[in-house]
Amino acid sequence: MILDYEVLKFIWWVLVGVLFIGFAVTDGLDMGVGALLPFLGKTDLERRVIINTVGPHWDGNQVWLITAGGAIFAAWPLVYATAFSGFYFAMLLALFALFLRPVGFDYRSKIANPMWRSTWDWGLFVGGVVPALVFGIAFGNLLRGVPFHLDELLRPYYTGSFFGLLNPFALIAGLISVGMLVLHGAIWLQLRTAEPIAGRAKALAKPIGLATIGAFAFAGLWLTIAGYGYQVINMPALDAVSNPLTKEVAAQRWGWLVNYWRYPLTLLFPILGFAGLGGAIALSMRDRPGLGLVVSGLGISGIILTAGSAMFPFIMASSTNPNSSLLAWDVTSSHLTLTVMFWAAVIFIPIILGYTTWTYAKMWRRITVEEIKSQDTLAY
Amino acid sequence: MLDSSLIELSRWQFAITAMYHFLFVPLTLGLSWILVIMESVYVMTGREIYRDMTKFWGKLFGINFALGVTTGLTMEFQFGTNWAYYSHYVGDVFGAPLAIEGLMAFFLESTFIGLFFLGWERLSKRQHLAVTFLTALGSNLSALWILIANGWMQYPVGAEFSFETMRMEMVSFSEVLFNPVAQVKFVHTVAAGYVTAAMFVMGLSSWYMLKGRDIAFAKRSFSVAVGFGLASILSVILLGDESGYEVGDVQRVKLAAIEAEWETEPPPAGFTIFGHPSNADQETHGAIKIPWLMGLITTRSFNTEVTGLKDLMRDHEVRIRSGMIAYDYLQRLRGGEDTPNNRAMFKQHMDDLGYGLLLKRYLDNPAEATEEQIQLAVRDSIPEVAPIFWSFRVMVGAGVWMLVLIVMGFYYNAKRIIEHQRWLLRLFLLSIPVPWIAAETGWFVAEFGRQPWAIGEILPTSIAASSLTAQDLRLSLTAFVVFYTLLFMIEMFLMIKFGRQGPSSLHTGRYYHERKTAVVGAGAAPKTAPNQEHKGDAA
Ligand code: HDD
Ligand code: HEM
Ligand code: HEM
Repeated sequence: MILDYEVLKFIWWVLVGVLFIGFAVTDGLDMGVGALLPFLGKTDLERRVIINTVGPHWDGNQVWLITAGGAIFAAWPLVYATAFSGFYFAMLLALFALFLRPVGFDYRSKIANPMWRSTWDWGLFVGGVVPALVFGIAFGNLLRGVPFHLDELLRPYYTGSFFGLLNPFALIAGLISVGMLVLHGAIWLQLRTAEPIAGRAKALAKPIGLATIGAFAFAGLWLTIAGYGYQVINMPALDAVSNPLTKEVAAQRWGWLVNYWRYPLTLLFPILGFAGLGGAIALSMRDRPGLGLVVSGLGISGIILTAGSAMFPFIMASSTNPNSSLLAWDVTSSHLTLTVMFWAAVIFIPIILGYTTWTYAKMWRRITVEEIKSQDTLAY
Repeated sequence: MLDSSLIELSRWQFAITAMYHFLFVPLTLGLSWILVIMESVYVMTGREIYRDMTKFWGKLFGINFALGVTTGLTMEFQFGTNWAYYSHYVGDVFGAPLAIEGLMAFFLESTFIGLFFLGWERLSKRQHLAVTFLTALGSNLSALWILIANGWMQYPVGAEFSFETMRMEMVSFSEVLFNPVAQVKFVHTVAAGYVTAAMFVMGLSSWYMLKGRDIAFAKRSFSVAVGFGLASILSVILLGDESGYEVGDVQRVKLAAIEAEWETEPPPAGFTIFGHPSNADQETHGAIKIPWLMGLITTRSFNTEVTGLKDLMRDHEVRIRSGMIAYDYLQRLRGGEDTPNNRAMFKQHMDDLGYGLLLKRYLDNPAEATEEQIQLAVRDSIPEVAPIFWSFRVMVGAGVWMLVLIVMGFYYNAKRIIEHQRWLLRLFLLSIPVPWIAAETGWFVAEFGRQPWAIGEILPTSIAASSLTAQDLRLSLTAFVVFYTLLFMIEMFLMIKFGRQGPSSLHTGRYYHERKTAVVGAGAAPKTAPNQEHKGDAA
């Protein structure tokens, strides 16, 4: 049978990745747009143009995040438990920032008061930047190793602090995350708005994109020089029941580079990251934002896959008790649950992609100040 | 052992955020169908007024929906942030419906909701109606999956404990899916949502009629809602079946607590209308009983026995002792003594492991509990009765009140004289909060009545929480309360503002505040007004 336990464990590692990438390239775009909103929209009407480019779609896009959360709960319960409770205040920070989006989008234009509107504009800014930053910082910390351990009944204990998460390496990861989403958002605005907003977006795409490329290279260099990484020393059979306390793990210098050495094809991921962002900038400058958006989406995928594949099979490495580390092989749900969830994903993801595409197609046009003016009460 | 104030605070935080979420959920569940009905009439008859109705009630729907999404996000995060051991212990079973809810329901409703608001100009009539329908379908499917998850907490079927992974694992997905408790809950909860929306539309429409504004609009809205509301309130009260209460110890304890019944009575049980249940004395003081009624209301039959709490506790004591043995063997097995004998002994007592874990509140190793600690755990094995008893009566009272109201509304509406029954219109207006009170007290019965279990008979609440500190919880709880209060004020402000404006907020030029010349019973609005095509308001 193809769907044996070991294979399913790997498939679920891929599927969680797909959901995260889905989140980053769809909702990431809304977040990038939110981050740019106060700067690219000089007047109220311009800001409404910007908001309405994502108005019909942001809620559906956000479900990629919700589903990624649910999928981690279902496929890797112990990761859901350890990461969410360990990063408690960071998670709440992201959560509270996310609160500002549904209300921001929906309530902002319901009242004409300028104070009201500009408050919500900044709310959308926070709702875009803060979650992106927090998720990036979380990735940075995963790469460094997280201080936690499991007791004999598999209860997770986090022994670090909130401020411990804000170390320089993680902050750079946070900046990469914000940067790539802002670039993505800028290209989207170049595509879906008219002058003068499109021009302003285009002007910003280049510096932001270059800075992100720089940060990505810098993080790679840092990781190499610092030699971050862990390796499994002794592993039970990959299709054994999930028990993270049966293996042996140790910190190992350059541990995160081993996969690139062993499976050189994975080098394509960082290359895709660089080429994607670079290509997106180039296309944006040549006024080809449509293709640019696709390419920047590929770049984002490349960056996420770079981090993911460097760590594989690690999901959360423990810095204080490496044997407690959580691996794709030993934190998954049971065979049955993974199978059920696999079929659910296989059936629904194509359907979702289908109707999502339909909605984008239906709403596709360049949004202009004139249109918003003429449909004053129809738009967000 | 977890700090008991940590547990208390985690429970408070969950209760507050969940009940807050459920302020917005029921209106979404019901109003979405009411919008489908209104828009269908528009598509079939082409009458503008039904389009305006869809847009106006849709506007209020949107204001409510935004907070439903906002607060739903919290729920999605909170199992991991605050109930980490719970998440590990049951994620294998519980996570699946949650994830499927995302794939099957949230994507659907959230993708189409945007087109509902912003797609009026870009979709054909039929396409837009389809969008409205799919949004409603998505919301209701989300209720289905979340209630399958919640039903499993009340009555965990289709799963088995594994000592190797130290958690519950799914053995039958179809049992989880077709859990009788989940089915009963689903019917009851969505019907509750429909009632909520119907009462909301009727209450506001009554107000317009009382004020003599936009009578044609208000009467039509009322008509749609009253039919929908009658069917829904009847479903809430009558549908479902006793199977939800015949299964599982948690459900039986809850039933006894609802009735405050300490001793087992032969069926059909009487219904205690008033009384003072006391856990300390294990009796209900000053009870006034109506014979037979309880048996009918809760078990919906004449011959099901309601087991008394004292009998249930005696049963629990036996199971706690057996659970201590289970824990002892669990330790041996996990300590590496994986012998056939240890496995057999564990297997024999495994179903009572949860009862053994109740002792974790008092000592680290339940296998070594003293007689006194066992008695404490027995005492803990049922919830505080009085709050459940009273909440239940509030909910039932509210249900009966709404039934009476809606039946009268239906009668006068059918006779087409509703707008002259000012007393009734006033009652409808004043009763807008009643369905919310019923829904909140209902959830309280369901969830508080599940205590001391997070997962019925499997995982006690006292060990389900994350290993945070009470201080962490004080901080986060304060943040939630402050943030949520602020959001609530903003939401109410908008609801009231647009509720007051009524359909005039659509700026079609056809309604009261824009005409100021509105005449009582102005009849149907003009069929089409081409020049006003672009003036609708969906923001
Ligand atoms: C409009 C709302 C509403 C109304 C009018 C009622 N309920 Fe209800 N009730 C709910 C809203 C609700 C709820 C919020 O939907 C609950 C909470 C959990 C659930 O499944 O439904 C609930 C729970 C709930 C429970 C506990 C379910 C459990 O523990 O699983 C019982 C026994 C009843 N209800 C029974 C009634 C009866 C006999 C009613 C009328 C005479 C009634 N409810 C009216
Ligand atoms: C949205 C409607 C809901 C409301 C109003 C509600 C209400 C409550 C209340 C009042 C409590 C506190 C009980 C106590 O600690 O004494 C609670 C606890 C809890 N509920 Fe619910 N609940 C809702 C839905 C759900 C659903 C759908 C689930 C699961 C899918 C769920 C899971 C829990 C959990 C895990 C706890 C905390 C652990 C515990 O105290 O048992 N709730 N809820
Ligand atoms: C405690 C467990 C629950 C969790 C984890 C949860 C999660 C969520 C999330 C994440 C959303 C936002 C979806 C979006 O972005 O569109 C949401 C909204 C929603 N939830 Fe919940 N939910 C819970 C309980 C419930 C219950 C008990 C019901 C119904 C019986 C329900 C019905 C809805 C509906 C209809 C929405 C649509 C948005 C709205 O409220 O208007 N949820 N929920």
